[in-house]
Amino acid sequence: MAITGNESVLESVVPKRVAPGTRERGAQPSLALPEQPLITGGAPAGEVWPSLNFRELWAYRELLYFLTWRDIKVRYKQTAMGAAWAVVQPFVTMLVFTLFFSIFIGVPSDSIPYPVFVYAGLLPWTFFSSAVNNCSGSLVGSSALITKVYFPRMVIPVAAVGAGLVDLAVAGAILIGLVFVYGLAPTWNLLMLLPLVLITTVLAIGVGLLISALTVRYRDVRHALPFVLQIWMFASPIIYPQSVVPVKWRWVLTLNPLTGVIEGFRSALAGREFDWFALGLAAAISSALLVTGVLVFRRLERVFADLI
Amino acid sequence: MRPIIKVENLGKQYGFGGLHPSYMTFREAAAATLMKPFRRVRRRGLQPASAERLWALKDVSFEIEPGEVVGLIGDNGAGKSTLLKILSRIVEPTTGKFELYGRIGSLLEVGTGFHPDLSGRENIFLNGALLGIKRVELQRRFDEIVAFSEIEQFIDLPVKWYSSGMYLRLAFSVAAHLNTEILTMDEVLAVGDISFQQKCIDKVNEIREQGRTILFVSHSMAAVTRLCERVILLDKGRVVSDGPAAEVVNSYMGESLNVAAVREWPDPRSAPGNEVVRIRRVRVRTKEGDTAPQVDIRSPVGIEIIYEVLQPNQILTPSFDLFNEQGVHVFAVHDVGLEWRREPRPVGRYVSTMWIPGNALSEGHLMVQASILSYHPGLRLHTREPNVVTFQVVESAEGDSARGDYVGAVPGVVRPLLPWQTDFYQMTDMPPGDIGGRRVSE
Repeated sequence: MAITGNESVLESVVPKRVAPGTRERGAQPSLALPEQPLITGGAPAGEVWPSLNFRELWAYRELLYFLTWRDIKVRYKQTAMGAAWAVVQPFVTMLVFTLFFSIFIGVPSDSIPYPVFVYAGLLPWTFFSSAVNNCSGSLVGSSALITKVYFPRMVIPVAAVGAGLVDLAVAGAILIGLVFVYGLAPTWNLLMLLPLVLITTVLAIGVGLLISALTVRYRDVRHALPFVLQIWMFASPIIYPQSVVPVKWRWVLTLNPLTGVIEGFRSALAGREFDWFALGLAAAISSALLVTGVLVFRRLERVFADLI
Repeated sequence: MRPIIKVENLGKQYGFGGLHPSYMTFREAAAATLMKPFRRVRRRGLQPASAERLWALKDVSFEIEPGEVVGLIGDNGAGKSTLLKILSRIVEPTTGKFELYGRIGSLLEVGTGFHPDLSGRENIFLNGALLGIKRVELQRRFDEIVAFSEIEQFIDLPVKWYSSGMYLRLAFSVAAHLNTEILTMDEVLAVGDISFQQKCIDKVNEIREQGRTILFVSHSMAAVTRLCERVILLDKGRVVSDGPAAEVVNSYMGESLNVAAVREWPDPRSAPGNEVVRIRRVRVRTKEGDTAPQVDIRSPVGIEIIYEVLQPNQILTPSFDLFNEQGVHVFAVHDVGLEWRREPRPVGRYVSTMWIPGNALSEGHLMVQASILSYHPGLRLHTREPNVVTFQVVESAEGDSARGDYVGAVPGVVRPLLPWQTDFYQMTDMPPGDIGGRRVSE
């Protein structure tokens, strides 16, 4: 299934308007048809891994924008606190974690004030885990759309991630505030926050696509996901620094792309040296997961309307 | 003329039961994978029986030319909606392929993209994006869309507070402003009140006049015959008939009711009747004498009954009752010709024909009931045969029927062509205090 041709072709086939009544019943209008079909479709002919149609995705960019905007708009409808929830959740978690892990247990934090330390970990984590969570139910929740209108289905989970980005931006403002409260001098390292967010987004879209497509096929995913995310959280250096893990096992932690991202967040805020190897690895693994997610999604996509 | 839609051997198979791979749970899929080496042994257990698979669509091929308005009809489950869903690329076919030489838009189940918490205005943009309408295009036509939906004053309220009628009107308005070359519609005309339905029909006619191609699914045979030039009849996923609207609709109606334009009883023993009289044949005929499943609304139509009188000296009256699609009793009529009205009849075969003049009936299907009675010496019903024959009154838009220049649905069980008179006066000629019309005394 593919849209061939570009928008200028589409414009040229829009029929000229004929004044009502001038056309007799059964008479054919003068209408220039394109030489090649605009839309073709058929039974899958052996191609197991369909390619991604970037042109089509681009054509539906407005839909992505509107769905993201809808998700944001609807999320805090009829709530008294509105978008403040995006701040309250990570902030209160930060307070609780600081109380238990820093004050009671005394977890080290690489000479960064623990609230900043844990918040820098919670921020990308909250974004990632809520994005993946929202993705998992997104397709099933949009079954009315999927069974009735055609559009690239990928738009739905990607919009779920996009809505999470807005929450991330709001919660990020608190982080900047914390940096000033604890008197950390801002450095040029802060500029790295953007590429770090980009890596996290790529990772969230990759995992989100995978999870959303699998949820359509196997509803089991819904039951497994909270538990998998919990394990993933402990496998990421959010409440503890990477340095507490024995050197022998540190490579396991590095395979988790969120490790590079979270440590990168801390480096950006505290102005310390970046671990470029870990960051490069995180970017590579995230990209690989995105490609996998896209491929699996495209493969399962064709049966969504039949299964959902 | 090159076709705008080409469909070749389209088929769609659905599997039922837990054993089709698409419907397995993760645990079943894992079990199936583990069992793979033993598949030969367990094959019978894992393969769904053929009875669990259903071809919702099978070997469907057709071509549609630009500007054609094609109706898709058939019983529930015949595959009409599946076909539209495949062409709209919502589901993928199991076999075959299709080509579209234009963009396709759908009025399928309008309002599905609406979010209850968003306002009407916001939903217009969201719905437009879903249907593939560009934002600039929507902004340009926004006022037009809102005006069409007739809900201007509620446009900034969340749609969850709308009545269902308002909701559907707004949804239809967005979809009706789709600018694609091909438009599919699935029973959308059943939306809203009478005046809004009329607006929808006018809109469809406007779309048609723009030369766009329409695929129209409906269970209203009257709407299909009026709006479509061509009809494709589907039955159990196959195309069983494809041709001029009136013909296909009529054969479908006749088939589903198991009634045709002629009914004959070759065996006198099974013919309806009693020891006095029995009916041998009833048919719908034209002036030329041909059996006619469809008649033009402007032409006279005859209902002919052939019956045999078995006992001498009986006074008999044949009678017909006509019912329309809604079961409304359109009229009852019996033979009032003086020739046999009070005459005892000799034994023999009689042919009586009742003539309905042109421009009397409404368009649509009519069902005929035939009876034979006696009024003398006392009332006696010899035989009554309901649903004996059927015919369709069809109408073209040539303008010389009672329809005139109006293109929508004309209500009423009959549609007589009646004379009208209009007199013209200069304003100054009109006597003061006399508002139009001649005085009776003249």
